[in-house]
Amino acid sequence: MKGIIGRKVGMTQIFDENGNAIPVTVIEAGPCVVVQKRTKEKDGYEALQLGYQEITKSEEKIPKPYLGHFKKAGVKPMKILKEIKFSEIDKYNVGDTITVDIFQKGEKVDVTGTTKGRGFAGVMKRWSFGGFPDSHGHRYHRAVGAIGCRTYPGRVHPGKRMAGHYGVDTQTVKNLEIVDVIPEKNLILVKGSIPGHKNSIVVIKSAVGRSRKNA
Amino acid sequence: MLGGLDGLLKSVQEKYLKKDIPEFRPGDTVRVYQKVKEGDKERIQVFEGVVIRKRGSGTDATFTVRKVSYGVGIERTYPLHSPVIEKIEVVRFGKVRRARLYYLRERLGKDARIKEDLKRQKKAKEKK
Repeated sequence: MKGIIGRKVGMTQIFDENGNAIPVTVIEAGPCVVVQKRTKEKDGYEALQLGYQEITKSEEKIPKPYLGHFKKAGVKPMKILKEIKFSEIDKYNVGDTITVDIFQKGEKVDVTGTTKGRGFAGVMKRWSFGGFPDSHGHRYHRAVGAIGCRTYPGRVHPGKRMAGHYGVDTQTVKNLEIVDVIPEKNLILVKGSIPGHKNSIVVIKSAVGRSRKNA
Repeated sequence: MLGGLDGLLKSVQEKYLKKDIPEFRPGDTVRVYQKVKEGDKERIQVFEGVVIRKRGSGTDATFTVRKVSYGVGIERTYPLHSPVIEKIEVVRFGKVRRARLYYLRERLGKDARIKEDLKRQKKAKEKK
């Protein structure tokens, strides 16, 4: 287990040796700093708390408890703090820098991010409902339709899919292949898409499950 | 050089971009040498025709070549920077007034002629 925090740069395509175009997402990951260590004895589990993106504003503007946490670790204040499970926790000390080097080409990773916000969305967008015809005399187009039965059960079933807030959810895409790692620029290229808009924060971890292809 | 996120994206593509692509425009006649794999043998397939479209930038860029073969119009779209393309040769410089030459699809024979761009032809010769 290992992981790193990064931000989504965007998607593009690159070519492999056979001339196939591969869709890739470019992620700028790290450098992250180990701010705290969670140990079996003290916390009951093992993990590293990583900090990402230095805070550039003056120290007076940072909340004091937050500042103290970083002072204790002897590192600069960071915008993002996240705990990530590491299998070889003894290898790292507080204050160490973690870079994209921990990943290699060909490895499988899970990427967690926050999906794009769609605001208050109707059922056609939110739940892919079919809707109703636009023409042929219809005056009912994108609305939900019937939502229940009659006297029995006399109520709408719990969990009925309806319009509402959509997006800004935490989502993980599993088993993405690392196509390339560029340490000089702190970049990781994964095959396929990941949640969120450009510049959004993502967490890359080594894949937990076996993909069907690998099994 | 672009800064920011898009600059980073461009820098990733850099490695995969070809540097030796000749300059050509829609209306030009080009010869595309494509590597074709058959079993474990590799050979070169040549496709010659008029460029009717160029689009995209970076690794995403493609171009479409049209030719009429045995009375049937054939169009092939290639990724400009694909490693499958061995080389591209400009056979003739055309002078056209559109970026997309879709009107050629409705024309056959004499109607589908394209004027030669003598200025660019001359320039190319001088370069050699």
